[in-house]
Amino acid sequence: MKSFSGKALRWEWRDGVVELTLDRAPANEIGTAMLADLEQFAAAIKSLEADTSACIISSAQKRGFSAGADLRELYHGAIALPGKERNAGVRDFVERSHAVANAIDAASFVTIAAVHGVCFGGGLELALTCDVIVADKMARFAFPELRLGLIPGFGGIPRLKRDLGNAFVRDLLLTGRSVNATRAQAVGLVAQLAGEGEALKVARATAAQIAKFDATTRAIAKKFLKPIPYAELKQEIEIFCELFARPAVLAALKKFVESTDAMPYLP
Amino acid sequence: MRTLDQTTQEVVDLAAKHFNVAVGTLAPSDDFFKKLGIDSLQALELLSRLENHFGIELPDYEVQGVSDFRTLAERIQSRL
Repeated sequence: MKSFSGKALRWEWRDGVVELTLDRAPANEIGTAMLADLEQFAAAIKSLEADTSACIISSAQKRGFSAGADLRELYHGAIALPGKERNAGVRDFVERSHAVANAIDAASFVTIAAVHGVCFGGGLELALTCDVIVADKMARFAFPELRLGLIPGFGGIPRLKRDLGNAFVRDLLLTGRSVNATRAQAVGLVAQLAGEGEALKVARATAAQIAKFDATTRAIAKKFLKPIPYAELKQEIEIFCELFARPAVLAALKKFVESTDAMPYLP
Repeated sequence: MRTLDQTTQEVVDLAAKHFNVAVGTLAPSDDFFKKLGIDSLQALELLSRLENHFGIELPDYEVQGVSDFRTLAERIQSRL
């Protein structure tokens, strides 16, 4: 499928490069609509691989790349179900998210996340499936999940550990704080910094460079350079589902959802 | 090294510029959420600008509960 337009994202293939644009107001929250569209993309990857050298994932939403999981949808969906069904529903969502993340991570073409604004939680996990992160200097990155009594559930911890030094990983996860793009580049999370509003332009230039090289060599090199930690990813699912079953998590979600702030931030 | 008053003024100036309001309309004791009509994510945008401007890192949990420019400047000052 060379082009697609869904409720939460669209993509377009042109001259060997796929541009996937996340576009769901207000901040590309990852809920059922975004996941369904991402699954469409994951399913299309095999057919795109033959004549695609790179895929750029960017956002059309002003607030940023993605603020992460749609916590409002998650909360309202969870409280509508009794315990066992709720937990099964969450597991299903998490497993589907992992399948999408693994498919993007394993794509033979080079994936580039062009990030501006907030890149939090599930949004950062999506960016981490990419080979290269280009960030606008005003971008911010965070894994705030501990603030909700959870851990990142879409493959973030194994991928972050794959890419970065553990000291920074511990700081980021255990404080739940956000870091700016400059710091993110200093620790190796962000490969290239761009001026404000210029991440997509820089990503396109990067894609153009990548397109010059032999496709088979690129695919083999990528697989060698970036092993996918399948065992740890499965472990993350189990830990996430176990944590989600705790009453403290629903209480934290309730507090977030009931906040009167238009875009509430976690404690 | 900057004094706290200088830092506070720079914070106010940056906020005014970023959110496109006249500098003279902002005071150090103003609640920036109410005065600028911004939410938490927009406050993070300001935080990024402040970090870049002052060359510091300021964990967002350190500014939790902070809503006026002066107190924000104090947090920044402690990182200079």
